[in-house]
Amino acid sequence: MSSPDSGRVDVSVETKRAPDTAPEKSHPNTCPGCGSHYRDDELAQTLRVCPQCGHHFPVGARERIEQLADPGSFAEEDAELRSADPLGFFDLRPYAERLAEAEIATGLGDAIVCGSATVEGEGCRLSVMDFSFMGGSMGSVVGEKFARACDSASEGGVPLVSVSASGGARMQEGILALMQLPKTVCAIEELHDSGGALFSVLTHPTTGGVLASFASLGDVVLAEPGALMSFAGPRVVAQTTREKLPDDFGLAESNYRFGHVDGIVPRAELRPTISRLLRLFKEN
Amino acid sequence: MPSEAEMRLRERLSKLAGMKLLRGTKLSGELERLQDQLDRLQAEPSEEEIWRSVELARHQDRPYTLDYVERILDDFFELHGDRGRADDRAIVTGLGKLAGRTIVLVGHQKGRDLKERTKRNFGMAYPEGYRKAMRAMALAERHGFPLVTLVDTPGAYPGVAAEQHGQGGAIARSQAAMVRLSVPTVACVIGEGGSGGAVAIAVADRVLMQEHAIYSVISPEGCAAILWRDAGEARKAAAAFKPDAAHCLELGVIDAIVPEPKGGAHTDPDSAAKLLEEGILGALEQIDALEPDERRRLRREKYRVMGVLAPA
Repeated sequence: MSSPDSGRVDVSVETKRAPDTAPEKSHPNTCPGCGSHYRDDELAQTLRVCPQCGHHFPVGARERIEQLADPGSFAEEDAELRSADPLGFFDLRPYAERLAEAEIATGLGDAIVCGSATVEGEGCRLSVMDFSFMGGSMGSVVGEKFARACDSASEGGVPLVSVSASGGARMQEGILALMQLPKTVCAIEELHDSGGALFSVLTHPTTGGVLASFASLGDVVLAEPGALMSFAGPRVVAQTTREKLPDDFGLAESNYRFGHVDGIVPRAELRPTISRLLRLFKEN
Repeated sequence: MPSEAEMRLRERLSKLAGMKLLRGTKLSGELERLQDQLDRLQAEPSEEEIWRSVELARHQDRPYTLDYVERILDDFFELHGDRGRADDRAIVTGLGKLAGRTIVLVGHQKGRDLKERTKRNFGMAYPEGYRKAMRAMALAERHGFPLVTLVDTPGAYPGVAAEQHGQGGAIARSQAAMVRLSVPTVACVIGEGGSGGAVAIAVADRVLMQEHAIYSVISPEGCAAILWRDAGEARKAAAAFKPDAAHCLELGVIDAIVPEPKGGAHTDPDSAAKLLEEGILGALEQIDALEPDERRRLRREKYRVMGVLAPA
């Protein structure tokens, strides 16, 4: 790991007058690995990978689809599905308000986008999660859209490529959020029974209920470098067990070492890797 | 005014009443069951009652899996180990006779004193526990034994080794194993149904819940810590996400509620066991007559429609 201070320009003069309550969070385009800062269009060109240190920045669902699918090949399915509020959930704010706000902020109906596409000419279905929509949490809509994507892949006779990014089940939907785990598992079983295949790509972070259901059940499971993929997050583990966590706790690299993923694929290689798998799984 | 769930149940009732016999299943039993559930639904539990269920579900004297095993099963033979790494004592698996018929049992096990609690890891399983469960499920399928699971866990264990051994994948695969079974399966939440660690062994043809058990996506404390930023607001959190049996039934997550003796299962474990046995036998009776493939298909269909979407 490179030191976070190395090669930084001294900007203390500029920040001297900054208010004491300077935001702790750095700018989303500042690399947490090496401190380099990029314009948005620069990052978009590098697939949101830091050219200096290789850190993988988060990618939204739409941009991920652009990165993977052949231009113009993506046709979205089930875009109209929206969450209801079955519990009338109210914490500090109503769930309905959080949903509306997330839709305005992200332009997405929920934390997943599904549809058909081709990758380097090979047909498939894509199911891509977006962490910026309520932490990529899985409620009824995410479960339903993933399950329908399984059906659609099965009907189309093509594999399903799932790209996950999720903090886990959506608490605001209570027990129904938990039931999305067996629901997606059932859909995958049906897909497998029909001879279909699932490739699961885990991106940072894929935790909780999504890891404990469809993300782990791919015929092939891939992960992006540095992606956190743990059932319980590091903070929960540290708090409940008071264990000292290893530096690579729950990361893709650690999971690879322990045999839970088939490969760690840098983002630039993801598209060719998926098309390779699509060709390998094609009927002879 | 009748709630939506009540209307749904009434609709199902009236449909069933007008239907002819369905592949030999006993419709009259189903009718009574629905009527019974309907009666229970009439009273919406208050915030106080929900919290009382949380307390009762975690009561230190509440009967655990092995307390029920010794009361319900004859000739219980425990199976140990996942055949890979370890024998996780937070999950008990074994064979036994239920009303004269061999079944496979899988259940979380908590401990009553400090020593036992440590041994059982407070009912929080490692991946090894779920792999042991899957081994027992495979055995049930191989020999055509019905599978009965008893769910009672605060959650799967959140630890470094548990993650290294693949906690998330083990929970996912255990559900997949239950979805593949063709033998009759009945699950009952007998205490805490804590999140992924619970659902890992609760994907069944019939899911029951004891009257004062809870079944939830996260613990009330965990939810309060995240959404209220204060674990002390657990009571509010529980009232918001409604983990009690009546709400789970209303949301279609469970199929029936198993009554408990007045004051909770711990006040009279013998009666609680009797009621649980009746609940399990009743559920088995409903699914026994189905063809194996049909059973699996219906189980998958049941889970596929869970959740609530906004009207288009």
